[in-house]
Amino acid sequence: MTPAQAPHEPLQGPEVPVPPAPVIRMRGVTRTFPSPPPVTALRSCELTVLPGEYVAVVGPSGSGKSTFLNLLGLLDRPSSGTYELDGIDTGTLAESRRTALRGQRIGFVFQSFHLLPHRTAAENVALAQLYNRTPRGGRRAAARDVLQRVGLGHRLDALPTRMSGGERQRVAIARALVNEPSLLLCDEPTGNLDSVTADRVMTLFEELHATGLTLLVITHDRDVAARAGRTVTIRDGVLRPGVAAPSGGRA
Amino acid sequence: MIPRTWRARRPWRARAAGATRSAVPHSRLSLVDLLAEALSGLIQRPGRSTLTLLGTVLGVGAFVAVLGLTSTAAGQIGHSFSLLQDTTVNVADVGPPPAAEADTNRGPMDFPADADARVGRLNGALAAGVYWPAPFQQPRVSASADPSGAAAGQGLSVYAMSPGALQAVQATVSAGVLYNDFHQQRDLRVAVLGAAAAQRLGITRLDAQPAVFVNGTGFTVIGIISDTQRLPQSLLGVLVPSSTAQHLWGNPLQGDAFKARMVIATRTGAADLIAHQAAMALRPDDPSLLSAAAPPDPASLRDAVAGDLTGLFLLLAAICLVIGAVGIANTTLVAVLERTGEIGLRRSLGARPRHIAAQFLTESTVLGTLGGLIGTALGVATVVLVAVGRDWTAVLQPWTVVPAPFAGSVVGLLAGLYPSLRAAWVEPAEALRR
Ligand SMILES: Nc1ncnc2c1ncn2[C@@H]1O[C@H](COP(=O)(O)OP(=O)(O)OP(=O)(O)O)[C@@H](O)[C@H]1O
Ligand SMILES: [Mg+2]
Repeated sequence: MTPAQAPHEPLQGPEVPVPPAPVIRMRGVTRTFPSPPPVTALRSCELTVLPGEYVAVVGPSGSGKSTFLNLLGLLDRPSSGTYELDGIDTGTLAESRRTALRGQRIGFVFQSFHLLPHRTAAENVALAQLYNRTPRGGRRAAARDVLQRVGLGHRLDALPTRMSGGERQRVAIARALVNEPSLLLCDEPTGNLDSVTADRVMTLFEELHATGLTLLVITHDRDVAARAGRTVTIRDGVLRPGVAAPSGGRA
Repeated sequence: MIPRTWRARRPWRARAAGATRSAVPHSRLSLVDLLAEALSGLIQRPGRSTLTLLGTVLGVGAFVAVLGLTSTAAGQIGHSFSLLQDTTVNVADVGPPPAAEADTNRGPMDFPADADARVGRLNGALAAGVYWPAPFQQPRVSASADPSGAAAGQGLSVYAMSPGALQAVQATVSAGVLYNDFHQQRDLRVAVLGAAAAQRLGITRLDAQPAVFVNGTGFTVIGIISDTQRLPQSLLGVLVPSSTAQHLWGNPLQGDAFKARMVIATRTGAADLIAHQAAMALRPDDPSLLSAAAPPDPASLRDAVAGDLTGLFLLLAAICLVIGAVGIANTTLVAVLERTGEIGLRRSLGARPRHIAAQFLTESTVLGTLGGLIGTALGVATVVLVAVGRDWTAVLQPWTVVPAPFAGSVVGLLAGLYPSLRAAWVEPAEALRR
């Protein structure tokens, strides 16, 4: 087996370079909701994301972006097709293993932050370590490290209710990063932010990308999409590479 | 700003490409973390948590208080009972009325003349004597021979009472003396007045040898009693020697209210034995003519007291507990619905449905346990305060106090079952849709 390698890392020894194993490998993924009438939200999607890539997913409202993200985040199962995460075929995994995989290898960033209002920034970040066997003693230090990394080292004990939207989203990003995931999944991360704070968050994403993190960001915002390394478009449940012609689907 | 690369910090990531399933260890939630999460969930809403506790506090508190007060009161009854009631035996004349005699409204007199002595000889008997109400429907009692003054004596009773009976009631003599065998054997017309009767008749001093008249017959008052341990009705009565009464007025009247009885004072614990022996000692020829009533068993008396109201109060306490359970269930369910987003978030962070269920179940169980603890404390305090206020000894059975907080836990656990299942069933993708 070939070990996964970040593209910018020096290769070990004098061997022939091997292509890095993809973080995401989706083959013919379809998702049909059995609701009457049945809705096919995604149709035969193909997507491969290599380690260290920064991918933006754009598309009009209702095109299936969130459905796609739920599949990538193991919050939902495809109706057909295969999805390999870090080379693991997730379709054959029991629900408990999928849950564990989600907690350990995927970081989520939501449009509405989803911070617990009564817990401090550090406690909110430490929450991500609750279910993955991190010893209690090490959690605060890890939370502090990662909060420093997103530029909130001075607000460890602030409550989310006392923070600005941009700060809240950075706490949420810190929480998504604290377990050092293979993949950061963001659904409209700047949807609730003004353009200046949105810009700061995008800059943070770029910095994280520069250190080798794999990012997949769903967005309505063209400017946000433009800053990603690669863009894919979903329209009516069909995923295509590149930016489609504008069709008024923008928010 | 971001010092290290993500890959460099994760040497184990190299395994990932060829990972087998075992490379992904199951999520887990330690007990300490579970408790900490549940507690912080409760502390976030202190007002609501406190209100939710009330039902359980009331229910458990009522249980402890009712059981504690019952056992305290029963202990108290048992205490006074053993002091007095356990030393009293009553013997009733239950023989058939002597139909052969012409005067059919007269009852039987099946006590022998030496009844006092016969029972007094029994081992354990302290004093014994026969008594019966004088055979008049409405005795006229007055302090003078002039019948116009009889109004003061209205409502007073006249008892024929042997000297032994006078001993057995253990009267406190406030003035003069009691009559004795000397007066009895000579059928002397002497009387002892109960304090209440003496007051009604206006007799307070005995140095002038006052007299009392019953249906026109005069008796010299030789003593006044102010208190009795048995037959308290004698305080409202004129007591005359039984032989004098029988000589003057004949046998007791027929009927329950008038028949002759014997009162026996015994040593502590001997009442039961004396009750079994009395009839045979009095009438060896036909003991069935007499019926000796053993005192009620203290244990059964205690149970009777316990049974009466306790059942009702325990029912009320149980209703409180059910209300408490419904309250906890409701609060927990509301919390589950309110915190759907949090549940989705935790699932995205790797929580399994069982971790979510455990968290809410722990919250409801902690609530119930807290309610149980506070309720137990309040219940015990109530029992102690009542006991102190009444000068009683507080009696709390360990089997009622020790499990009480756990009753609260069980209530919380049961109440949390449905809400925590609801929480576990939350679809994370749905819940995260903001
Ligand atoms: N649970 C479900 N049951 C039935 N239909 C669903 C369900 N979830 C999503 N859909 C449908 O699938 C389609 C895609 O929905 P999705 O939420 O993925 O869109 P989206 O691209 O994220 O839109 P937006 O940009 O507004 O967030 C929609 O037509 C939606 O109605
Ligand atoms: Mg969406």
